[in-house]
Amino acid sequence: MAIFLLRRIGVMLLTAIALTFIVFVLTNLQPNLEKVAKFQGNVRMTDEEVTSWLGKNGYDRSMVARYGEWLGVVPGWTYTDDAGKVTGRCIDDDNADQAQTRCGVLQGEWGHSIVFKEDVRDIVFKRLGLTAKLMFWVMILMVPMALVLGVLAGMREGTRLDRSLSTISIATTATPEYVSGVILIAVFASSAVGLKWFKGTATSAMDDITFANFTLPVVTIALYGMGYIARMTRASMTEVMTTQYIRTARLKGVSFTNIVLKHALRNALIAPFTVIMLQIPWLLNGVVIVETLFNYKGFGWTLVQAAGNNDVELLLGCSVVAVIVVLVTQLISDVGYVFLNPRIRIS
Amino acid sequence: MEPLSWGSIIAQIFAQFTPVWIGMVTVFVLSIRFKRRLGLYGKLFDSTVGMIGFALVLFWVFTALFAGSIITHDPLGQLSGMKNKLPGTPVPDGVDVYAYYLLGGDNLARDVFSRMVSGSTIVMQIAPLATLFAFMVGITLGLPAAYYGGKLDMFLSFLANLILAFPVILLFYLLVTPEIVKTGLPKYMAGVLFLFPIVFMVVLLNARFFTQPAKRAAYLTATLVVGLWIYLGVAWNTDPLGIISVPPNILIVFVSVVFVNAPTVFRIVRGLGLDIKTRDYVAAAQTRGEGPWYTMLWEILPNARGPLIVDFCLRIGYTTILLGTLGFFGLGLAPESPDWGTTINDGRKLLSIYPHPALAPALALMSLVLGLNLLADGLREESLKD
Repeated sequence: MAIFLLRRIGVMLLTAIALTFIVFVLTNLQPNLEKVAKFQGNVRMTDEEVTSWLGKNGYDRSMVARYGEWLGVVPGWTYTDDAGKVTGRCIDDDNADQAQTRCGVLQGEWGHSIVFKEDVRDIVFKRLGLTAKLMFWVMILMVPMALVLGVLAGMREGTRLDRSLSTISIATTATPEYVSGVILIAVFASSAVGLKWFKGTATSAMDDITFANFTLPVVTIALYGMGYIARMTRASMTEVMTTQYIRTARLKGVSFTNIVLKHALRNALIAPFTVIMLQIPWLLNGVVIVETLFNYKGFGWTLVQAAGNNDVELLLGCSVVAVIVVLVTQLISDVGYVFLNPRIRIS
Repeated sequence: MEPLSWGSIIAQIFAQFTPVWIGMVTVFVLSIRFKRRLGLYGKLFDSTVGMIGFALVLFWVFTALFAGSIITHDPLGQLSGMKNKLPGTPVPDGVDVYAYYLLGGDNLARDVFSRMVSGSTIVMQIAPLATLFAFMVGITLGLPAAYYGGKLDMFLSFLANLILAFPVILLFYLLVTPEIVKTGLPKYMAGVLFLFPIVFMVVLLNARFFTQPAKRAAYLTATLVVGLWIYLGVAWNTDPLGIISVPPNILIVFVSVVFVNAPTVFRIVRGLGLDIKTRDYVAAAQTRGEGPWYTMLWEILPNARGPLIVDFCLRIGYTTILLGTLGFFGLGLAPESPDWGTTINDGRKLLSIYPHPALAPALALMSLVLGLNLLADGLREESLKD
């Protein structure tokens, strides 16, 4: 088990480094840097001025070296101008002697957002908190509903109940968030239909969550994810219901409710656990769409803003978090699967 | 003129779709008549769910084909006074051939109905083709990974997992932004990804006709000539005859969708390959002395076709969703393009006052993806019956 874990974590770290490097390269390509130079300096800079600005700000070295600095494993750049004044990556103000030699993500220096004029780390964690609230309610709504749907459909395969529930779960997986969100807003929040039960935006939910402003975003994300988990649960449930020990229990005369609740359910829930964990990175997509649609300024919204405004360091910070979320959930799902299912032995 | 009532709007729309109905009825009558001779496709007509799914998909296929005669107005044309008008509003006198905006006007006074119909053409052009390309890439890499195993498998699986660990939207933003496009990266990706179908076809034919040199030479030359001609036109926009060319922004959308889909296909093919390569008929082929590529492409691949066809249907739906996502974030396609994602994005700003411009494309997209999912479900059920 320990070797398996170590190997998994090793591969995970390698993947994380490779992914962040790719994002780093793609956000630090020459055209991006020129845009940053013109944004920070002057819009009407000539090409030579741009080149010298990039040189002064440590952008003229190789991609690998800059990635190392950003990560915090290579000492940060310094630049001494003609007057002998030292500037550098790790130097905030004039006292150049007291500055650290390395300052990167590993040291907790995530850089500075040029659009929000704030420290990237602060922005990312503040926004993640807001998204965590959203995800919490999504999970509370989605997981039980999906499991109930799947178990009900799977316990008697081929019945009318099974067919109608399966069709419902297919329909929800076929409706991406930007479609279901639009339909839900049109029906429940627009003046054209006139129900107006909920609000069409969730901006006010950032400070104060109410039933009216938070229901639609939560339902929108939950619906899309629900169908898939329900289908997986159904598949796993139908498989369990055909096993020998269920037949034995039936022949012994155990009631159907007891068979489902006490004998089948526990084994049928192993596979959905993996699916639910793997669903989290997938929900990240939904979060980005829903937060944009409902104007809820969480992590997904920040990602879109960073990418849309070419805010390099914020985008890097966001992608680090996104990549870590994906990799950690993958790890948990793998380890949890082995843990929950003692029949699997890792060698 | 009076605005139309809902009943007559539906009647008018129904009439407008006449070519689609004719096409659908023809296909269904012929297919049901000869369903015993049509293999898996014929069996589809035994399952209600599959038939409903097929009908929905067929509806959009024919709509995309006949879009030119279904639309009532120019999808990009604006008529003054029709901004955000409700469904069934008559057009100002003497302006246009068709007297009504059947599903109303959007915030730029364009006809919602015509935009929805011509949006289907864009989706139907990109989604199935992009899925097909993703499959060719996935198969060409997945089969050797499963067959040879070892270092090759480890390397390819690591690459696939790498791409899969990327949040899709981040990837889109990174690939589609103008700065990246300026560096030519999507173009090089197109250059690499579009080589795979040619490699696939060449290897496929080469393995099959290895023992018949005359046939092999003929087939390979034909494939290479046609393939490279299309490749030059599509990927590099340097078609020597100047017939084939793809607008650069469509190419970028196409490439990013293929790139996102290919690793999943790779994983599926690899999983199926690992299972099938232990079968007796593979061992028999190896004993006969068949080459590795023949075994992969003519022994393993045909036996994996069931799950692959089902996944192909599902994946076209997923690609449609991805295309919509791209449009929703205003990435890639031109802002006035009538594709569904862009139209939804346009309409969402005034959603709580005028929902109709966003609802029409939203429902269209949903029905197409639902149709593909039901079709896949029906196919899976029927293929499991044997």
